[in-house]
Amino acid sequence: MAVLNEEQTMLKDMVSQWVRDRMPVGVARGLYDHSGGGRKDATTGFDADAYAEVAAMGWSGILVPEAHGGSDFGAFSLGFVLEELARALSPLPLLSSAMVAVSALRLGGNAAQQSAWLPGLADGSIIGALAVDEGAHHLPDILALTATRAENGWRLDGIKRPVADGMGAGLFIVAARGDDGTALFLVPADAAGLTREPLDQIDARRPALLRFDGVVLGDDAMLGQGDALLSAILDRAYVGQAAELLGLATQAFETTLEYLKTRVQFGQLIGSFQALQHRASEMFGELQLTRSAVEAALVAIDADDPQLPSLASLAKAIANETAHRITCEMVQLHGGIGMTHEHDAGLYLKRSRVAEQAYGSSSFHRERWARLNGY
Amino acid sequence: MEDQQFRQEVRDWLSANFPPALTGVNGLIFQGDAHAAAANADFQVWRKAMADKGWGTPTWDKAYGGAGLSAAQAKIIAQELSAIGAFNPIRSYGTMMLGPTLLEFGTEEQRLQHLPRISTHELRWCQGFSEPGAGSDLASLQMKCVDAGDHWVVSGQKIWTSGADQADWCFALVRTDTSVKHGGISFLLIDMTSPGVEARPIVLISGSTHFCEVFFNDVKVPKGNLVGAVNQGWNIAKRLLQFERSSLSEVKTDVTPLAPIAHAMLGTDAEGRIADADARARIVHNAMRHAAYLQTVRRFNEEARNGGPGNGVSTLKNLWSNIVQRRAELLVEVLGADGLGWSGDAYPADAREATRALLHSKAFSIYGGSYEIQNNITAKRSLGLPDR
Repeated sequence: MAVLNEEQTMLKDMVSQWVRDRMPVGVARGLYDHSGGGRKDATTGFDADAYAEVAAMGWSGILVPEAHGGSDFGAFSLGFVLEELARALSPLPLLSSAMVAVSALRLGGNAAQQSAWLPGLADGSIIGALAVDEGAHHLPDILALTATRAENGWRLDGIKRPVADGMGAGLFIVAARGDDGTALFLVPADAAGLTREPLDQIDARRPALLRFDGVVLGDDAMLGQGDALLSAILDRAYVGQAAELLGLATQAFETTLEYLKTRVQFGQLIGSFQALQHRASEMFGELQLTRSAVEAALVAIDADDPQLPSLASLAKAIANETAHRITCEMVQLHGGIGMTHEHDAGLYLKRSRVAEQAYGSSSFHRERWARLNGY
Repeated sequence: MEDQQFRQEVRDWLSANFPPALTGVNGLIFQGDAHAAAANADFQVWRKAMADKGWGTPTWDKAYGGAGLSAAQAKIIAQELSAIGAFNPIRSYGTMMLGPTLLEFGTEEQRLQHLPRISTHELRWCQGFSEPGAGSDLASLQMKCVDAGDHWVVSGQKIWTSGADQADWCFALVRTDTSVKHGGISFLLIDMTSPGVEARPIVLISGSTHFCEVFFNDVKVPKGNLVGAVNQGWNIAKRLLQFERSSLSEVKTDVTPLAPIAHAMLGTDAEGRIADADARARIVHNAMRHAAYLQTVRRFNEEARNGGPGNGVSTLKNLWSNIVQRRAELLVEVLGADGLGWSGDAYPADAREATRALLHSKAFSIYGGSYEIQNNITAKRSLGLPDR
């Protein structure tokens, strides 16, 4: 863990305390039905009451300027909040709303758009979500949803899926293909012609499938144009998702380590077996690489570092690999109990697979990093 | 303010004293090869200048040949050296390992006898730890050290002793009690010119003769050469190995960028990418891990400066050996048949060097505590996993 200042230390302690008191893994478990699928009666796939508490404590406004009701604490601070929450698989739309949607408005929004949306995102009365993916893979360069010129504005047609936290969002940042390339729009969830339905995903988080059927928007809904804006927003998403994966992997590792120290077979603790000790030591090493990559990328966001795209893809690729490996080991080292829905290992495995695909798989980010670095 | 002033002083002195011909030269060449060091007039000028100034061991007392500077000032010197492509000509096993050990465990007499000649790099030291039967299980070492009244008598064999054939002195672990394992080891300083000492270079797979086996045949050693108390050597050795591991993990690996070589040897596709997709994927994967490793070194250093946990040296060493060995293999793979030459102009010099480096790199996960030993240490110290 990098060196924190006094305010950051207080914030971090506050988050861990809140996670212990209010957000045990049981909350995420509550999203599942008894057979291990998503509960059909769940509406949003996140805990709206808990998010109201999070907002009241100011965490949803960490990236929002003070003039719009936030604290402007910076991405590094939001990063360790996301990490801490993800340790318990907290079902909250903080990444979608406080990291990605707020970043989109800060990077692309004009004064009127910022005044209209940032205060609500900061106080949690509105949840924002980025609608970029349309199919099986994260391919932001290839968008099928179209934006065509209409009288005094635009018309959107197409679908978006999966949209994380989309069932509870009040505002969508929609990436579309316009006549002049990529364009981004601010679309209220109640816009005419926009419908949404939940997807029963393995992590029970119920992302949305959005259908845009002739959604008509005014010119004031245009957030900005060009691949550069979308890339800059996505860089924040990559790093935020990597921070969540770091938290998830860290907790999965610690839970597994605890099991190695308590489970007895052949008359001894299984954590005394060298084969298992070495696997644990190697996982610990991978976690170190991941933490370094995530922290460096968070620092780069706050510093407006031109290396951010490269650092963001490095962080996401390594976080993906580490979380993948550790969640596999979590199930394997727990043995039979790790295969049961009753045990937490499966929850970490399923959430990890979703977070690995969200905002780009390992191969997507290795390819992106390779291009950025001349390979 | 004071720091700024000191930095300026360092800059001025360096511009007046660092021989420009040594700019960008890897100081390890001279550290590892006494003949190369003796034959290079610029190196000798540079060594003498730094020795007189005490800046090779800046934090040591002036009485020990240092400059009595603070850690912050030492860092400024290191930064300014690196900024102009200069190296510390005093850096050696003596400064990195024995010096800190004597400062912590030695008597004043021992410090005054040895430290001044370490801080000038007049004398070379070697480390006599491993034995044929004591590698990873170092504490099983058997080299005998018997009390003969007014002196010790040492007999036995050491192996993997770096630079022993060129060393003037050896700091060695010896057995002073055969009835207990760890509690029967002492830490002894041995003059390599003593009768009965013989060092023989070992030829390695890379052709290097840097490592030696050293035979001690009833060697007489003065009583005052034992550091710490009799049978307390293991504690000293553990501490010294920490110095060694932290200096190993700080090693700046001189990294050849793989992309241009891969472009040249494997060709490029229409988009300018390495044409061999499979090789490219593996190269990129390793390059990304290498980038994260460098971030980790920076993070650990920053945390250590701020009093962080500091138990990550074993983890860091394993990440390093794993990533750097893989990188060396990839480089030679990309070179293809050019990377398989031992000598001769038919093979480009760079390629021959890469091949030797690959062969040499196999030692990274063996020396300084093997990969497996480091994993044991991480499991016990960082993760608290049980013995039984």
